[in-house]
Amino acid sequence: MSVAAAITEEKTSPAQATAGRFGAYGGRYVPETLMAALEELEVAYAAAQADPAFHAELNGLLHTYAGRPTALYYAKRLSETLGGAKIYLKREDLLHTGAHKINNALGQGLLAKRMGKQRIIAETGAGQHGVATATVCALLGLDCVIYMGQEDMQRQEPNVYRMRLLGAEVRGVTGGSATLKDAINEAMRDWVTNVRSTYYVLGSALGSHPYPTMVRNFHRVISIEARQQILEAEGKLPDAIIACVGGGSNAIGAFYEFLPDTSVELIGVEAGGRGTGLGEHAARFQKIGGGTPGVLQGTYSYVLQNDAGQISSTHSVSAGLDYASVGPEHAMLHDSGRASYVSCSDDAALKAVVTLSRTEGIIPALESAHAVAEAIRIAPTRSQTDIIMVNLSGRGDKDMGILARELDLKGASDVS
Amino acid sequence: MAIKFEKKPGIVAYLTTGDPDLNTTRDIALAAIDNGADVIELGVPFSDPLADGPVIQRASERAVARGVRLTDVLVVAKQIREARPNAGLVLFSYLNPVVRIGIEPLCREAADAGIDGILLTDMIVEEADEYLEALRANQLAPIFLAAPTSPDRRLKAIAEASLATGKPGFVYAISRVGITGTQTQVADDAEDLVTRLRQFTKLPIAVGFGISNSIHVAAVGKFAEAAVIGSAIVSLIEKTPPEEAATVVGRFIYKLRDGAGPSQQSGIRAAYR
Ligand SMILES: Cc1ncc(COP(=O)(O)O)c(C=O)c1O
Repeated sequence: MSVAAAITEEKTSPAQATAGRFGAYGGRYVPETLMAALEELEVAYAAAQADPAFHAELNGLLHTYAGRPTALYYAKRLSETLGGAKIYLKREDLLHTGAHKINNALGQGLLAKRMGKQRIIAETGAGQHGVATATVCALLGLDCVIYMGQEDMQRQEPNVYRMRLLGAEVRGVTGGSATLKDAINEAMRDWVTNVRSTYYVLGSALGSHPYPTMVRNFHRVISIEARQQILEAEGKLPDAIIACVGGGSNAIGAFYEFLPDTSVELIGVEAGGRGTGLGEHAARFQKIGGGTPGVLQGTYSYVLQNDAGQISSTHSVSAGLDYASVGPEHAMLHDSGRASYVSCSDDAALKAVVTLSRTEGIIPALESAHAVAEAIRIAPTRSQTDIIMVNLSGRGDKDMGILARELDLKGASDVS
Repeated sequence: MAIKFEKKPGIVAYLTTGDPDLNTTRDIALAAIDNGADVIELGVPFSDPLADGPVIQRASERAVARGVRLTDVLVVAKQIREARPNAGLVLFSYLNPVVRIGIEPLCREAADAGIDGILLTDMIVEEADEYLEALRANQLAPIFLAAPTSPDRRLKAIAEASLATGKPGFVYAISRVGITGTQTQVADDAEDLVTRLRQFTKLPIAVGFGISNSIHVAAVGKFAEAAVIGSAIVSLIEKTPPEEAATVVGRFIYKLRDGAGPSQQSGIRAAYR
């Protein structure tokens, strides 16, 4: 089946009356003011999807501008150091702007242009989606406003400068815990207010229909490439695929083409933060002290919340995973057992940054380091013929401030 | 106990429950009713009020910080109902606190507390089957939002869903695109929306968002049955010592109808400029 045909195919169950359901999850829970815009988007996206010219333009840019296909790299020294499974890295960190986020930003940017929307807004946590969106706006000549929590602006400062350099206006958000969730609230308030002129480039597989499906489809290219690449390299499918899960976009992109391959274990890694208590982590699928189904920011999914239905604060060393809910498709994959979800602590993620840097010369983003940490944990328990594929969603340049502080890189001592 | 607007225009008063505290909210509601409010919307504070502007965000944040829960709001509702059997009472919430309790149990408890209708900010008609079922079983009115951006097809669906439980309430027409509490230039939106809605419903129509004084109320009264006043009241409460809040809000509500007489010339457009 061609990629275009595969992307057009719909997988929602006919039993679901409403749009955008993943099992019980997903749907549309928004103020009525936004419904016309969501319907307009749904129609425009369906038309774009069916239009070969749209795919040709997007694929052209992914190839010549963003740097696709990305390499699938056998991490030999890392694998040998761990003494177990062979670890492959899908190098989304090599993409232009430094993370997978550009796949989706290009897709939605072209869609916005097609819809005649000149003003673009987006939220960002780690700043990678903000940078990707600002980049695409510069490329396409669109006006760009990025909402970012003040806390995240501090910890991901280089990305704030990049966005401004690219011509975007960065609006700091002080409400709540001043992180990703609060940036999404503010972006949604902007969208409700300027809905007639504005396109909202949502940065993960979150929010109301059609966003979770659309964002996933723009990232499917990850697993389309990876499946082919691993077959070429090894002549067989991987035994496990590991990806970090913030909203869930890089993970769903890395998992999607392997969903029918039931021999392939799919492992999502959430932010375990600094403890298992509510407020200390962002592990929505954690058994105790984790999330329960609820509605946040337009979709029904697992949500970290208290017993009164107030959304819990979260913590992670990585801004991109520091979010109280998760994409609804992951909620479905969790419940069905097709994917499993584990968490990784701040400390383990920081250690993984060091390990990957020093065995392979690759500095991963703190988000991606959560996936690397899980590979480091399980690889020694697997046979040497096993293959583990890690989706390396981004590179660590943005994290230098945090890493310098947390890893004591300022000269005095060393970490091992 | 029912939602009805006997005087024109009707007044719907929104309160963020538990700001500054539950007893004060109750007292404010009673004063509002005694001074002419036909319907009280008891807002459930929520940690992430994404349809609200800064005033209601702050109130919500204060109440959440105090630990105010949906079940507390029902207690306040019951007290108001016992004290004022004829007032209209609407529970106003974001969806998540309701989902947390469960839609059916919540509707049962709301009916027990004497609530007439429920408005869920982020519930659209397409997702509402189970919700409408639970409202019907408990003889509660569904209050849906209609927006200036809603095409006629959606307004028709909203009008139909508003009648789906056999207990009539009103349709809440959002005066303009945007969040609660801010000012705007786009005032033509409100009248256009109400005119379009009338094609599909005989229910009363209440216009809200940005309505903050008697001139606005008078202007709305020319084309709708009621005006919803939210942020203006919540802001007043924020600025007033708790022990004076009921009196001050009561006086504010009383004066809202001052401008509603026939002598008042300025239309809503003038009011917004
Ligand atoms: C490098 C990187 N990986 C992962 C994420 C998490 O997002 P998602 O779960 O949507 O892939 C982010 C988000 O900012 C990111 O920058």
